Amino acid sequence: MLELSQVTAGYGHFTALWDVSLRVAEGEAVAVVGPNGAGKTTLLRVISGLIAPRSGRIAFEGAELAGHPPHDIVAHGIAHVPEGRRLFPGLTVADNLKMGAFVPAARARYRESLERVYTLFPVLAERQGQRAGSMSGGEQQMLALGRALMSRPKIILLDEPSLGLAPVMVLRVFDLIRRVREEGYTILVVEQNVRQVLKLVDRAYLLEVGRIKMEGRAAELAEQDFVRKAYMGV
Amino acid sequence: MTRGRLLALAVLAFLLVAPFLPMGGMQQYVLHVAIQIFIWSFIGQAWSLMGRFGLVSLGHGAFLGVGAYTTTLLWNFYSLTPWIGALLAVAAAVGIAVVLGIPCFRFRVVGHYFALVTLAVGEVIRLLIVAERDWTGGSLGASLKTAGTASGLWTLQFADKRVFYYASLGLFLAGLWVWDRVDRSMARPALEAIGEDETAAASVGIRVTRFKLGITVVSAGLTALGGVLYAQYMSYVNPDTLSGIGVSLKIVFAVVLGGMYSLMGPLVGTALTTALAEALRIAFGLRFLGMADTIYGLLLIVFIIFLPAGIYGSIREAIRRRAAGSKPRPA
Amino acid sequence: MDPIFLVEAAINGILLGGVLALLALGLNLIFGVLDIVWIAYVDLVMLCMYAIYFFNVSFGWPIWAAGLVSLVLGALLGVAVHLLIISPILTSPPINQLLATGGLLFFLQSAATFLWTTDHRTVRLSLPSYEIAGIFLPATRIIPFAISILAVIALYFFLTRTYIGTAIRAVSQDREAMSLMGASPQRVYLVTSAVGGLMAGLAGALLIFQYSVHPFFGGQFGPLTFMICVLGGLGNMVGAFIASFIMSEIIAIGGVVISTEMGYVIAFVIFIVMMFVRPGGILAKRE
Repeated sequence: MLELSQVTAGYGHFTALWDVSLRVAEGEAVAVVGPNGAGKTTLLRVISGLIAPRSGRIAFEGAELAGHPPHDIVAHGIAHVPEGRRLFPGLTVADNLKMGAFVPAARARYRESLERVYTLFPVLAERQGQRAGSMSGGEQQMLALGRALMSRPKIILLDEPSLGLAPVMVLRVFDLIRRVREEGYTILVVEQNVRQVLKLVDRAYLLEVGRIKMEGRAAELAEQDFVRKAYMGV
Repeated sequence: MTRGRLLALAVLAFLLVAPFLPMGGMQQYVLHVAIQIFIWSFIGQAWSLMGRFGLVSLGHGAFLGVGAYTTTLLWNFYSLTPWIGALLAVAAAVGIAVVLGIPCFRFRVVGHYFALVTLAVGEVIRLLIVAERDWTGGSLGASLKTAGTASGLWTLQFADKRVFYYASLGLFLAGLWVWDRVDRSMARPALEAIGEDETAAASVGIRVTRFKLGITVVSAGLTALGGVLYAQYMSYVNPDTLSGIGVSLKIVFAVVLGGMYSLMGPLVGTALTTALAEALRIAFGLRFLGMADTIYGLLLIVFIIFLPAGIYGSIREAIRRRAAGSKPRPA
Repeated sequence: MDPIFLVEAAINGILLGGVLALLALGLNLIFGVLDIVWIAYVDLVMLCMYAIYFFNVSFGWPIWAAGLVSLVLGALLGVAVHLLIISPILTSPPINQLLATGGLLFFLQSAATFLWTTDHRTVRLSLPSYEIAGIFLPATRIIPFAISILAVIALYFFLTRTYIGTAIRAVSQDREAMSLMGASPQRVYLVTSAVGGLMAGLAGALLIFQYSVHPFFGGQFGPLTFMICVLGGLGNMVGAFIASFIMSEIIAIGGVVISTEMGYVIAFVIFIVMMFVRPGGILAKRE
């Protein structure tokens, strides 16, 4: 469904990604793990169009997306839950969700989508009128996920969903992601918390210093000695 | 001696003898234009001392007005020699700069907010001048009481335009000297750092408030001096030409047009705007009142969009880039 | 001084505040979303006022029709300013943006001088004046106030209840996140510019009731509008609303107690002091 071929990208003189290639098939859940500063966030920003790649191709369902602006890419069915959630703090839960359905295709069926999100995340229904800025980290992550679902995406990009959350919250959030996964959504998640995310996904890539160092089924990767030692603290 | 230096000296020599060259009936007019250019370039230079470091002031009219009105009113009412009047004018401008600068910089009023505060100050001065019409003459302005037989160095009133020519040229050169000193001083990289990231600058020990205040004070004082000379030359002051948002913007425009990061930028910008205004006045007379400013406005918009470094700055950059073109780029 | 004058001044201050609020809200909308200060905003109002003058006085159109022209012109001007001037410099340092719109200000004021001279133009409206308990309240002040309050309420509902209004608020809170929602920033900016321009047109239609128009009208109200926006907290609608009335009261009462100019001086000085004390504005919080 999503295919990156030899993508190189960066900021100004700095190159964050070198020749990155990866694939996500429909219905899959794929993770990209790696240490801080590896370029994971850049990767997602390149896919969703916030950064234009210097070279390489990004194909989504056959369409070439490299260099397209974000609003265009979202219209193709890619939803990006950014690092730090980036909710609209002054807007209510309901309004944040409304904004998620901005693209015309989603806006036409916005009530339907809202129902689905509220069913999936009842807490959000309870707190419809609450200002997003006043919610806890875990609740915000839930809202951010819900907001992504509102655009009726074909694939969801998740950037460090566990960032800044207490351990209990982290488990809850991964549980939410699992629920979303079970709804049938294709997911590409970027995470530092390797142990939790490998339990959740089918396949994973290891990104270090801007290059893909390893790729494989999640269970296999979890077995790898150096992965265990370096990232899981074993 | 470098080619640039030689050229500069040649130009200087020319400027020094220019008033004595035969110009026929044109002489008074040419001198008048030259004086305008030198004084306003000087003022523009003073403004750019702040502008180049990100301290964009839209209220320099305040210092200009304070400078001009202080000397004029002190002379008109107390026959105080403009030399002392000028000292007091500069002191007043510096005082205002300090009173406003300390809280501004202490409380980190920057960017848009700073610009608007300066705007407010400029307007306050203008309004005060108009409000106190009993002794300032209000919107009608005030004429400098003529010194008659006492004209001369002590009263800074001269019948001969050439004296004003040399005075304004001298002031302009002094302005260049100040600009150059600032450029070479320790203050410059400090101020540039502050302009880029104040918090970072503070965290490495740069005394932000002190530097900002310092440059503001210098800028204010010099601007006031420009106002003093202008008032003495024109023998007339008016709140709209010497204070308020109008003149403040004009100063900014001329500098931006020429390029505010370069030494000669203000001169180039001022020369161009003056030339434009004069050309239009000659061509169309008073019929097209407002035409010159209309064109400035349009030019400013176009320049900001396409040539933000100003005319002089862009040419310099182009030359620099051509010269560095053959060098290999670092990996 | 007869206290009746103070009361009258206070009431006039409220009436003035209503219109200032409209001016400030329009500007604030643009500032809140685009993060760019249109220094020439009130000069756009000036253009709209001239349009009303020409359509009503020269072409003989009824005043309400001329008012409509003003609204449409305002919206069109807003879009034009964004497309021609703001768009190319969105990524430039803020000072460039300030200066570009400053150039526009200069251009508009001078072009107006050149085209229509510095003569003040008035639109003659014979409207009654009401007297209540010794205080004179001319309809030329009450009607604009009433309309502007309605407009402010309408704007409020637009921003909170409509989809596009919520989108505009969202963009002002997080521009990048909004682009991830699929909103083309350019479109949101255009809509905002149009609405902001419309507010300018409306303000012009209301101001023409009480003020004559001339090329330097922007000089009269421009700095004041900006100060109100900043005082209320840039981007903060409620703050701007409150700040409008604070400033208008100071000007009205100061004007009566001392002199018109000193009324403005005091207002501006208070603004300056507020910038030191609470640079974020009186409500000091930009969401």
